[in-house]
Amino acid sequence: MRQLGERINHMTTPVSATPHMTTWQQELTARIRVKWIVLQTGIEERLVYRGDFVFSTLVRFLPIVTQIFLWNAIYAGDSSSKMKGYSYPDMVSYYLLVMLSRAFSSMPGLSTGIAQSIANGSVRKYLIQPVDMLDHLFWHRVAHKIVYYVIAGAPFALVFWLCRAWLPGWPPFPVTAAWIASLIMSFLAGFLIESLIGLIAFWFLEVSSLIFIYMMLNYFLSGHMIPLEWISSWMPWVEWLPFKYLAYFPAAIMLGKVPVGDLWRELSIQAGWIITLFILNRMAFHYGVRRYSAFGG
Amino acid sequence: MHGMAAIEVENLNRVYRVFRKKEGLWGSLRGLWHREYIEVHAVRNVSFTIDEGEMVAFLGPNGAGKTTTLKLLSGLIVPSSGTARVLGHLPWNREDAYRRRFSLVTGQKEQLWWDLPAQESFRLHREIYRIGAADFQRRLDELSDLLEVGQLMAQPVRELSLGERMRMELIAALLHRPEVLFLDEPTIGLDVVSQRKVQEFLSQYQKQQRITVILTSHYMKDVEALCQRAIVINKGTVIHDGPLASIVERFSRHKIVELLFAGDIRSTDLSRYGKILESRAPRVRLQIEKHRVSESLASILSDYAVDDISVMERPLEDVIAELFTADDKLVPSNR
Repeated sequence: MRQLGERINHMTTPVSATPHMTTWQQELTARIRVKWIVLQTGIEERLVYRGDFVFSTLVRFLPIVTQIFLWNAIYAGDSSSKMKGYSYPDMVSYYLLVMLSRAFSSMPGLSTGIAQSIANGSVRKYLIQPVDMLDHLFWHRVAHKIVYYVIAGAPFALVFWLCRAWLPGWPPFPVTAAWIASLIMSFLAGFLIESLIGLIAFWFLEVSSLIFIYMMLNYFLSGHMIPLEWISSWMPWVEWLPFKYLAYFPAAIMLGKVPVGDLWRELSIQAGWIITLFILNRMAFHYGVRRYSAFGG
Repeated sequence: MHGMAAIEVENLNRVYRVFRKKEGLWGSLRGLWHREYIEVHAVRNVSFTIDEGEMVAFLGPNGAGKTTTLKLLSGLIVPSSGTARVLGHLPWNREDAYRRRFSLVTGQKEQLWWDLPAQESFRLHREIYRIGAADFQRRLDELSDLLEVGQLMAQPVRELSLGERMRMELIAALLHRPEVLFLDEPTIGLDVVSQRKVQEFLSQYQKQQRITVILTSHYMKDVEALCQRAIVINKGTVIHDGPLASIVERFSRHKIVELLFAGDIRSTDLSRYGKILESRAPRVRLQIEKHRVSESLASILSDYAVDDISVMERPLEDVIAELFTADDKLVPSNR
């Protein structure tokens, strides 16, 4: 019996094992290869429904147009008047940049997908196979985003080009670099927040109303609807929540609202949130699976 | 071959706490504050040992605890008490080392990417299970040959028939050469041809690879074709563990007697001996209680002119069905 357990399993020698590699390197290579194939397969999967995907991507641009007209009406076409620090061109720039942040941070279907797989039992495959569910979903989502950028790139460029008169000039390099870093981190934060909400399904099978509430809060607290300063002026604590990194923060960097001297500090706080959310995800998964195997399965 | 235990299960228990809702709207409202739970013993003191290379059937009605036991052995759930070792591993520790050595196949779509051809899912499995390129290709060719799905590799899974999909699921489950395979109703919902194919494949593959298999199925033809040994479970308890053939002997309280009469008879008269299963003069098939067989035969032979008699066991399928329909019949007749 014990011998059997200790028997070396010849079937599982790492694929890419070359003689000079240490076990540690082999392990790492094998892990990276899994991520890479999930990414590839994810891209292939997204491309299957290319028609639907292109259509839904383009339809998402409609709100941008209507929103720009809406602000135009609110400002009554007056480009010089300011509303709580924002002129009409400022507002258009803010809105466009927020949409760009959201192209990174929004995760359509992630929490719902996780919750459903827990409720209908398809989460089992991640427990039976030697894979890490969160890692798997992460690379799948990266694939999803890559395909999205390829399709949405041109329309985004067109919208920015059409609105170029209202946009501020290109900021200096450190600011641009900080902006790119904050966008990448907004993708990570978006993923981690949504997956965390999805994992709550381990405790409460029905989380759709929770997801709905989150969407509503996110709409305000991320600065998606109106500039976050407008809210933080009477609810200062919104600045301390992670939601602002999903939309407001990258836009604020680009619009010069974050002093260059504060960039490092602000980006570190964003990174801190990501680490916190990552740990929370791991804990939720660990205890969630434990609960799952203790109660249902 | 015998001797080395692949699966050892000792006094395994699994209790679920189930919320019991009172009837009607009032009950639902009360349930908001006051929840009553009942405990369901899905698995009760289950013990068995399965040797390496054995193929064992797991039989029982719906809700008997078969699936729960397989979930325990796959590490999906933890037991309330008792323990189990599969290939020396504690399943619910879910170590990668264990997860690379077994597979669970259920009748539901499970492992394949729905929108992509099965070959893409297989490529993913190759990396997940770290299968060498040469091994992978050889096994894939072998399996797709045996299961006759070679030409379907490039077709999206969603376009495959249920039978084809099931065969693809089997490939996905076997590519990494698991040493232990749990099959939970692998032929459920399949047509007769597909059922046959899956069955033949499993039989051939198991003999070839000598893997250890636990099979649950409602379809007795599967079980009879594949397994010699059966573990029968009902209400969470093992009620039989032994040769498949002995189930009939042990649980059937009846035998079937086929009579060929020399002259005309009124078959209705025969109903006093037992249930008439078929009556097509001059041939009659009767189901007679075991302990009354010889007495009945003597009486029939003295009353009628009989050309031929044969006494048979009842089909396994009927015995199992009867076994699971009525609780009072769960006690073995020869105990």
